[in-house]
Amino acid sequence: MITSKADIIKQLQKEIISLQGFKTKSENNNANTGLGSINNAFPNAVFPFGAVHEFIAATAEDKAASLGFIAGILSSCLKNNGAAIWITDTGNTFPPALQTFGIAPDKIIFIKLNRAKEILWAMEEALKCKGLAAVICEVKELSFLASRRLQLAVEQSQVTGFILQCNPRVINTTACICRWKITATPTAFADDMPGVGFPRWNVSLLKVRNGRPGNWQLEWTAGRFRHIHTIHTIVALPQKKTG
Amino acid sequence: MPKRFMTIWFRHLKTDWFVRCNPTLVATAFVLAAPDHGRMVVTAANALAQTQGIDLGTAIADARAVMPGLAVFDDIAGLSTKLLTGLAGWCIRFTPETAIDPPDGLILNISGCAHLWGGEKKYLTDIQNRFIQFGYDARIAIADTIVTAWAVCRFAKENNIIESGQSAAALMALPPAALRFDTAITERLEKLGLRQISSFINMPRPSLRRRFGTQLLQQLDKALGHEEEQIIPLIPLQPYQERLPCLEPIVTAKGIEIALERLLNALCLRLKKEEKGLRHAVFTCYRIDGKILKLEIGTNAASCNSNHLFKLFEIKIDTLEPALGIELFTLDALKVEELQAVQENLWGSFAGLNDTGLSELLDRIGGKVGADKIHRYLPDEHYWPERSFKLANALNEPLQHAWKAGRPRPLQLLSKPEPVEVTAPIPDYPPMNFRYKGTLHKIIKADGPERIEQEWWLQQGQHRDYYYVEDEQGNRYWLFRLGHYDTGKLYQWFIHGFFA
Repeated sequence: MITSKADIIKQLQKEIISLQGFKTKSENNNANTGLGSINNAFPNAVFPFGAVHEFIAATAEDKAASLGFIAGILSSCLKNNGAAIWITDTGNTFPPALQTFGIAPDKIIFIKLNRAKEILWAMEEALKCKGLAAVICEVKELSFLASRRLQLAVEQSQVTGFILQCNPRVINTTACICRWKITATPTAFADDMPGVGFPRWNVSLLKVRNGRPGNWQLEWTAGRFRHIHTIHTIVALPQKKTG
Repeated sequence: MPKRFMTIWFRHLKTDWFVRCNPTLVATAFVLAAPDHGRMVVTAANALAQTQGIDLGTAIADARAVMPGLAVFDDIAGLSTKLLTGLAGWCIRFTPETAIDPPDGLILNISGCAHLWGGEKKYLTDIQNRFIQFGYDARIAIADTIVTAWAVCRFAKENNIIESGQSAAALMALPPAALRFDTAITERLEKLGLRQISSFINMPRPSLRRRFGTQLLQQLDKALGHEEEQIIPLIPLQPYQERLPCLEPIVTAKGIEIALERLLNALCLRLKKEEKGLRHAVFTCYRIDGKILKLEIGTNAASCNSNHLFKLFEIKIDTLEPALGIELFTLDALKVEELQAVQENLWGSFAGLNDTGLSELLDRIGGKVGADKIHRYLPDEHYWPERSFKLANALNEPLQHAWKAGRPRPLQLLSKPEPVEVTAPIPDYPPMNFRYKGTLHKIIKADGPERIEQEWWLQQGQHRDYYYVEDEQGNRYWLFRLGHYDTGKLYQWFIHGFFA
């Protein structure tokens, strides 16, 4: 049987995608993140576990919002008795608050380091450890070289990495498969009750390899994500090559 | 294996040390003196002074009369024990079991050590030469028992290696004082004309016991090896220790690595057989100039994986300075625990915190950046936010009680609350706006107050009224007011955290 050129190209593209850390539905035996329609932004419509996700936060408020969103995803990683490492430069994370996102704070090991070099070294070592469910890292800046090393580490071990750049001076091109930006948005109760509501974020997927970036509004309610607008909001941007 | 003991007698321990400290004293007769009953009495005399008849216990006035040019120095209290302890520590390169024998001797258990130096004669000569180099006048004897070795060392004129089984023959010609009896027994033996051990050693035991008591028989039994005698080693023997003496001093990093690898393999093999793992290990290098270098590692979980332990040491090897060379390596496992059986994981689930890979990872990170940087938190029974969690002591320490839930808590908590300027209606309303780091935040929604009182038994101070507020951008903060609203008193507002 002669396969056409288009078929061969399609086949090769699939292979590249799987090499980059994206899995097909059948391969992904991890728990569902509950991100709903956001999954459609990724190739094969599957949230990529076993890859490094990059987050950018400009202010302390954005940092808290990003960590909240990460914690939401982390809670599904930590099912099945998983453990995670959280590398931080400030040490401001308040462990009891992680319960809000369904995480047992005692399952997380915090490492507080000062120098960026040490943080990235520890992150790389941690990502090589197959027994971990996820690694979270707060760092000032991520260079392309460092991100490449992290990506190579996860390709071997299939650990999920979240790296948060806090107030970076320059935003470098990185080898991470997606780049997110999370900001807080005003909360609201359905029936205009007073008081502060459930955590609500504006989730922007700025870059994703071979996927479609987009913008969503999410809320963390009753232990899972909930979309605020049910309307499909993937932006029809011309697809850019990243990485 | 037959036991062999070595005793070392420093005839001029303290004065030799003085000469070592001050080499100009080598040709002068001098003594050390200490006050005793209102007069100065000689406590140590060097060889030159002794030839003039000045001995221990002579009053300084008498000694000066004998020898007008005699130099006198003050004795230092506890000097001999200190010197002996140092020397016994140094002797560990010859045998692992060394003990001090105050006031002027050392006892070494050399069973199974001498053949490494090519026989007891070479062994003894080597030790003697080392002490001569140091400037100590040492007499050494080797025998089957401690008592015999002690007697031969102090009282025999020559032949200081007593072959195995020859103890009785060697003791025959020695005076009774060589067996370290009480003075009363020695004096009585002297009075009866029993001036050599040979004259009473073969007497019937009941009559000896009747006349001199049990001590004489006991000492004889110890000397002849009928009764076993133990020494108290200076450094207690580590049950998990490996030693590697080197023929040539090691100076290269590669050489140290090879030594470490061998020691680790030997130790891990033994630990594996006994189903144990180490938690804390020390790698000690004995340098030829007498310095001792140490590397320590700790692990989070019992481990007998030599590759992993090697990696932990490897990071630190470049801190060692071999100088002229290292002649002996030892590896001690100071803390050994039962090895936890490794269970195969079921697919799709993790071993969690009990994972071997995880504990090895933390050992590596801890070894490089310091174990104090790694934290795991457990809930603590306090409402005060800074005290609501505590550090866990171990990776697998179980929860004593559940984490508190229910109240809103910020994901990011500032380590120290920072003061903010607020506009707030009194008395108990949340603020309308606040200024933090120069930015004005207008508060749209708020929850609170949640009052958290000081724990007066831990810390004095005012309570905090916490508000969970949201500004117009949707950013959420945790603010609090310290103390009550009161016209007379000062109250202050702080920001303490950021909500997700």
